[in-house]
Amino acid sequence: MQKITSIGRTRVGLIQFPGSNCDEDCVVALNRHFGLEVTKIWHRQTKLPAVDAIVIPGGFSFGDYLRCGGLAALSPIMDEIRAVAQKGMPIIGICNGFQILVETHLLEGALLPNAHGRFVCQRQGLVWSMKSMNSGANTKATISLPIAHGEGRFHADPHTVEKLKEEDRVLFTYAPNPNGSVGDIAGICDKSGRIWGMMPHPERAMEEITSGNEDGQLVWKAFFEHAMGGDANK
Amino acid sequence: MSKITFRDVTSIAKAFDAGLMPDEIKALLKRHKITDDEYQKLESSIGRKPTMAELGVFSAMWSEHCSYKSSRVHLRRFPTTGKHVVVGPGENAGVVRLEGDVCLAFKMESHNHPSFIEPYQGAATGVGGILRDVFCMGARPIANLNCLRFGKRTADRMRFLFENVVKGIGDYGNCIGVPTVGGNVSFDDRYNGNILVNAMTVGMIRENEIFKGFASGVGNYLVYAGSATGRDGVHGATMASDSFSSSSAGSKTTIQVGDPFAEKLLLEATLELLRKNLVVGLQDMGAAGLTSSSFEMAARAESGLYVELDRIPVRAKGLNAYEMLLSESQERMLLVVTPEKWPAAQAVLSHWEIDFAVIGEVTNGNRVKIAHKGVLEVDLPVAPVVDSAPKYERPMSSARKVPALKPDLPKSESVEKTLFTLLADNGSMKWITDQFDQDIGIRTVLSSRQGGAAVLKADGEWLGNSKIGVVISTACDELKCDIDPFKGSEHSVLKCARMISAAGGEPLGVTDCLNFGNPMNPEVMREISDSIDGIAQACRKLEVPVVSGNVSLYNETDGISIRPTPMIGMVGKIGDISQRKPATISASNGSVYILTPSTPSAKLNTAAYGKFFATTQSPKINDVDYAQELEAMDFVRSLSKESSVLGVRDVGRGGPLATLAKMLVSTEAGVEISGLSGDEGLFGENQGTYVIICSGDISKEYQAKLKHSKLQHVGRINESKTWRVGNEEFPSSSIYRAFNTSLDFT
Repeated sequence: MQKITSIGRTRVGLIQFPGSNCDEDCVVALNRHFGLEVTKIWHRQTKLPAVDAIVIPGGFSFGDYLRCGGLAALSPIMDEIRAVAQKGMPIIGICNGFQILVETHLLEGALLPNAHGRFVCQRQGLVWSMKSMNSGANTKATISLPIAHGEGRFHADPHTVEKLKEEDRVLFTYAPNPNGSVGDIAGICDKSGRIWGMMPHPERAMEEITSGNEDGQLVWKAFFEHAMGGDANK
Repeated sequence: MSKITFRDVTSIAKAFDAGLMPDEIKALLKRHKITDDEYQKLESSIGRKPTMAELGVFSAMWSEHCSYKSSRVHLRRFPTTGKHVVVGPGENAGVVRLEGDVCLAFKMESHNHPSFIEPYQGAATGVGGILRDVFCMGARPIANLNCLRFGKRTADRMRFLFENVVKGIGDYGNCIGVPTVGGNVSFDDRYNGNILVNAMTVGMIRENEIFKGFASGVGNYLVYAGSATGRDGVHGATMASDSFSSSSAGSKTTIQVGDPFAEKLLLEATLELLRKNLVVGLQDMGAAGLTSSSFEMAARAESGLYVELDRIPVRAKGLNAYEMLLSESQERMLLVVTPEKWPAAQAVLSHWEIDFAVIGEVTNGNRVKIAHKGVLEVDLPVAPVVDSAPKYERPMSSARKVPALKPDLPKSESVEKTLFTLLADNGSMKWITDQFDQDIGIRTVLSSRQGGAAVLKADGEWLGNSKIGVVISTACDELKCDIDPFKGSEHSVLKCARMISAAGGEPLGVTDCLNFGNPMNPEVMREISDSIDGIAQACRKLEVPVVSGNVSLYNETDGISIRPTPMIGMVGKIGDISQRKPATISASNGSVYILTPSTPSAKLNTAAYGKFFATTQSPKINDVDYAQELEAMDFVRSLSKESSVLGVRDVGRGGPLATLAKMLVSTEAGVEISGLSGDEGLFGENQGTYVIICSGDISKEYQAKLKHSKLQHVGRINESKTWRVGNEEFPSSSIYRAFNTSLDFT
C-alpha cells in the first residue's frame, strides 16, 4: 500500500447511511482544519472511489432499529469495506461508526445501552492508553472530548479485554466512566492498528470556541499518523 | 411517466345514501365539537348535508387547534413587521434576517395534550412537528429548544410524565441530529392535570430559497411522501381543543407515534427537492394530517385538488376515508410536482429511501374532491373550509381579581434556608440536558449547560469566516402572569431580551406559544387578551416583532386551569461570538456587581419568594420602565467587549442571590456579599437587573453613561468553601447541593 507522507494529501471517503447525522460535522472538521478532500459514499454503492482512508461517522443508521449498527453492517458498501480492510485501508468509526465496525466484526466486542439507561451528552475526560502512542501528535496524556450516546457501554468477555490490553489495542479509557463500559474502554483498534473505533467525537472538538479545547485535532492527527504511517507534522 | 388517468368516480349521491339523518347529527356534532350554530354555517356554506368524511374535515379544520377561533381576533394586535422581518405570521414558520441574505426561520409549538396522555410519544412528536414546520420552508434546522411545565413533583404520575417527556424530546432530537440547546422547566401544582410541552426549532435559510407551498398548475401531480398512514392521531386536533376530566384523561388512540429516523430521511429529501427546485408545492401533514395539508395548499394556490385515497400507503388494515383524512400519522409530506420534474423528484425520494405515491392532481376550480373505493367522499369548496372557520369574540370578565396573599406560608428564617428553598425549586437542568445532544452540528458555543441564552456559530456554509452568531432564548414568568397577565407577559418577553443582551446579542424576532385554560371561561379569556396585549406592548417597545406562534387552549382539568403561560421564544444576533458572555463562569475569583434600576423597587410578593414565604402586601407588579430596560440591555451588551467581564446573567426567578449562585455552580466558589441586604435586596425580583462578575473593576466611564440604572459593587467571589452574606455565614456546599439536586424526585 502506498505510504502517505502528509495528511494534507489524504483522500478521505466518508460512508453515509440513512440516519447518519455526524457526516457533515466530519466533513467540516477534516476539510476546514486539515484541508482534506472528503468524498461522501452512499451506503448503496458497491465500489469505493479512489480514497486513502475511510471515516464511518456517528448518527443513528437505520434509526438504531434492530440493534445499533446491526442493519448498517448489512449494507451493500460494507462488503467493499471488509475487502479494503483486509488490504490495510485505514478506517475510523466514531460513535455509531464504532458500533457499525463492531457489528461488521472488524473490531471485537459489543456496545450495550449505557448502564444508567439514559443518553449522555457531556465533555468526557479520556486517558490515552495505547503505549505505542508516544510520539508525534500525541502530546497530551489526557484529553477531553464530547460524548453523546445512549448505547456506548463497551463490552467484551474477560479474555478479549485481556487480549486488547496485552496487544496494546485500547486507544483510550474514560476518566471517569460515563456508561459502565468494561475496563473503562472508550475506543479500540484492530491488530494492524489501522482500524479504529471510538465512542467520543473528535470532530466536535476542533475549536476552542465550541468545545473548550482542540483535543479532537490530536485524535485525528494520531489516527492519520499511526494508522496511515503518515506524518502529521509535515 | 405518462399522465395519470383517474378512474371514474360514482356520483356523490352514493355517499349521501349512507348519509346522515337529522337526529343522528346532534350526537355526531357533539363528538366532533361542532356547535349548532357552526353546523348551520357549515351546511349553508356547502348547500347540503355533509358526508361523514366531510364532517371530519370541518371538525378538524374548524377546531380551536387549527382555526384559532377563540384567539384570532386578539392575535391581530401583535406587531408583526419591522426591519428584520422577512416572513411574518401565516406561513409554517416566521423568518428574520440575520445578516445579508442569511435568515433564521423559527417557530414554537405546543404538544401539551398528547404529552399528558402518552408523554414519550407526545413529546417526541412535538419535536418532530415543529422541525417539519421549519424545514418545509426550506430551512436547515440548527437548534431545538423546549419549554416544560410539570405539576408538583409528588403529584400522581408526575415522575413518569417528567422522565418520559425528557426521553421523548431527547430521543427524537438526538436521532435526527439537531442539537437541543436550550429551554426552561418548572414545577407547580397548577400543572398537575395539564403539563406543558412546548418545542421550538430555529433553522437557517437564504432569503431567495425561502419556500412557500403553492400548488398551482392544473395537472400537476399531488404526491404523498413519507411514513405510511395508520390510525394513530385520528382526531388529534379535536382532542387538543378539549379539556380533560379526571374520569377521561384523553384517549390513547389520538396519540401520534414518532419515527425520527423517517423524519431524518424526509428532512434531507425535502431540502434536496427544494434546493434542486423540483417541487412547486410542499406541505407538512401535521395537525389534521392530509385534510389540513391538502385544503391549505389548495387555498394558497387558488386551485382545486383531486385525491384518491386508495393510492395512499397504509400501515393499518381497513382504514376508511374518514380515518385516512384525519390520521395524524407522523413524518408525512404532501408535494406538488410538475409532470416534467417528476422523474427527478422521484429519484431524490428514492435515494433517501422514502415511500411515496402519486395520490392525485391539481385541478381547475376551487373544490377539493377526495375519492375512496370508487366513491367521492369529499367534495367541498376550499374557501369555507379554510377561511370561513368561525372567529369568536368570546366574553371576557371586565377585570381580573388580584390573587389574595397565600395564607399559612412560613416566614423566611435565614438567608441560607431561603436560598436553599429557591434553588431547590428552580435549579440545575443538568439531569434533563445531559440527555440531549447539544453539540451536534458543531455550532454550539453556549447552551443549557451555562443556563443563559444559547449562542451558535453561523460560519462555514452560511457566513464564511464571519464571527456573527445566532442567540436564542426562551422564557415565561407564569408566576407574574398569574398575578397580572399583562405585566407578566411583558416580563416574559423582556426576560428573553435580557438573556440575549446578557450574552452580548441583540434581539431580532419573537415566536410564542400561548398556553391557557378554557376560553369559554370569561376569566381565562381575559387572561388571553391581556397577555396578548402585554406581549404586543413589550415587542413594540423593544422593536422585536412576533413572526410566528401557536395557541394552546383548554389546558384545564376538572375546572382547574393552568396558570396563564405565554411562552416566549426569541432569536437574536451577536456580532462577534468571541465576545459572548456566559451565564455561568469558570473562575472562582472576581468582583460581583449588580445593575438595577436607579430607584430599585424589588418585590418579594411577585417573586418566586412569594410562592414559599409569607409576604406582607398583596401582590402587585409595577409598570415596566422601558427606558431603564433598554438602557440596561445596551449596557450589558457593551460590556461584552470588556475581557475583564467573566459573566453576565439577568436576575430571574429567586432574585439576585439565587442568580449569583447559578453563575458559580461550575466552580462552586465561595462568596462574600456586603452590598445587598434584607430579603428584598437578596431575593426580590426587579425589572432590568443583572449580576455581573469581573476579574477586575468596571471603569467609571461605563457607569457614568447610566441615567435610569445604577451599577453597584456588592461583593466578591473567592476560593473559600463559605458563603458570607451580611452577618450570616454558611457552607457553600449546601447551596450548590440544593441547585444540583433540584430535579431529584426523592
